[in-house]
Amino acid sequence: MTAATEPYVLNIGPQHPSTHGVFRLRVVMDGERIQDVEMVVGYLHRSMEKLAEERTYTQNIPFTDRADYLAAMSGNLGYCLAVERLAGVEVPERASYLRVIFAELQRIASHSMANGTFVNDAGAWQTPLMYMFRERERILDLFEMTCGARLTTNYMRIGGVAFDPPEEFYPAIESLVDELPERIEEYAELLVDNEILLARGRGVGIISAEDAINGSLVGPMLRGSGVPWDLRKAEPYCGYDRFDFEIPVGRQGDAYDRFLVRLEEVRQSTKIIRQALDGLPSGPHKTQIPLALRPDPGEAYARVEGPRGELGFYVVSDGGSAPFRFHIRAPSLINLSLLREMAIGASLPDAIVALGSVDIVVGEIDR
Amino acid sequence: MPAGPRQLSGEAVAAPVAAAVPDAILRATDEWVEVRPERIADVLRFLHDDADLDARQLSNLCAVDRHDRFEVVYHLQSLDRNHQIVVKAIVGEHDEPSLPSATAVYKGALLQEREVYDLMGVRFEGHPDLRRMFLWEGYPGFPLRKDFLQIPEHHPGLPKFPFEESGVQAR
Repeated sequence: MTAATEPYVLNIGPQHPSTHGVFRLRVVMDGERIQDVEMVVGYLHRSMEKLAEERTYTQNIPFTDRADYLAAMSGNLGYCLAVERLAGVEVPERASYLRVIFAELQRIASHSMANGTFVNDAGAWQTPLMYMFRERERILDLFEMTCGARLTTNYMRIGGVAFDPPEEFYPAIESLVDELPERIEEYAELLVDNEILLARGRGVGIISAEDAINGSLVGPMLRGSGVPWDLRKAEPYCGYDRFDFEIPVGRQGDAYDRFLVRLEEVRQSTKIIRQALDGLPSGPHKTQIPLALRPDPGEAYARVEGPRGELGFYVVSDGGSAPFRFHIRAPSLINLSLLREMAIGASLPDAIVALGSVDIVVGEIDR
Repeated sequence: MPAGPRQLSGEAVAAPVAAAVPDAILRATDEWVEVRPERIADVLRFLHDDADLDARQLSNLCAVDRHDRFEVVYHLQSLDRNHQIVVKAIVGEHDEPSLPSATAVYKGALLQEREVYDLMGVRFEGHPDLRRMFLWEGYPGFPLRKDFLQIPEHHPGLPKFPFEESGVQAR
């Protein structure tokens, strides 16, 4: 005899550890299976795009820290590139190298957090996360000694970077870059081919390459599905074409593949930082720009490969000292376009793992 | 003009589109191509399917309020040929702007069109789930519009920075 089941609604979040911030899921369940899922966002909406229309170009840089607060450097960089393209500002060589170093440090910090919380969601409670926080902590120390802030760095400027790193920065980053490969091996030993992680991550949240492209997925989500697309290679900015690195891709497009892609990207970032440190030229770290930058009317769209993928900034000028329109193309939000495809038909614990593998930052979803 | 390094010029895109989708193109510049808003879904379908243009990913969709009209901007990406195409649809109606949805061509438009609707109030006809996203149903007005809570004759900030003429530079 089979009992008839009736769908019921389950509310997850907005205050819930597995939603990584104030993010709410409204799930319609039939027994153990998910019938439908709807995301409810906006709890962190600060309307940055509107606020930016009343501030000068330089005053808007701190907003880009607070959009994706786990990758403030990438946000700073993308926005500065957009304004530089709009206003035709040249960047000195040393500033480009410093930007690469800090953007890659940020990627390592962000991917450590992403992988740590992902295995946390998969059931490896806290231990791997704390291991990965060890390296993230040292990177945040480097940020702090350079620009005084750990998360909301506000470090990049239109035309360069705000400060040259202090003397003590160089030995600290040298020892970090020397130790990182060893540390990454430690994580790989601990987590790759780990039976629990394989059981929880393999075959979960599968997205085909075709769907990933059509659903505007970017970053490790797209590469996890086997598409070798990375803006650092496809549209090199800040002289990324000078550095030798590879783009890791996944084979099956599941949550576990995304985890592997992020782990490998940390290795590649270490390689880039090593090359950038060795080639770091001397010279000015910033071009002087007028206090009130007034670009000619026009528009520019610049994007960088942030830790979560294509982070784009669309800036429109009407000739004034504030942008006429400022739009952030937020990878955290757009990577959720296929959330229903990933979750429907799955069990609830699998959907949590799939969501964890997307690596959302709610500050960037809501902006 | 500032264009992306791998961006196709509007003229290069306009010719094949004009041949395939008649009277859809309104204007082409070296940066972007402007299409008739009611034909936008057909144009996107063609750009997506065409082997040379190969715009298989919608990388960015946003709208700009120009006081009397809305520009809806589509940044399209070809992954195989590595180029970017910028398409604009300019909706002349400012109170109740609407144009066809791109969701039938790109699933990536699902959330981006909802965002534009929520903050700009541009309706996308044919979108399966067009609701407010960050704000709640019934929120009065659309905050990213230029006339939202506008004070007449008010311009934010000073018209000029103090000592701007003397060439003070940003730090």
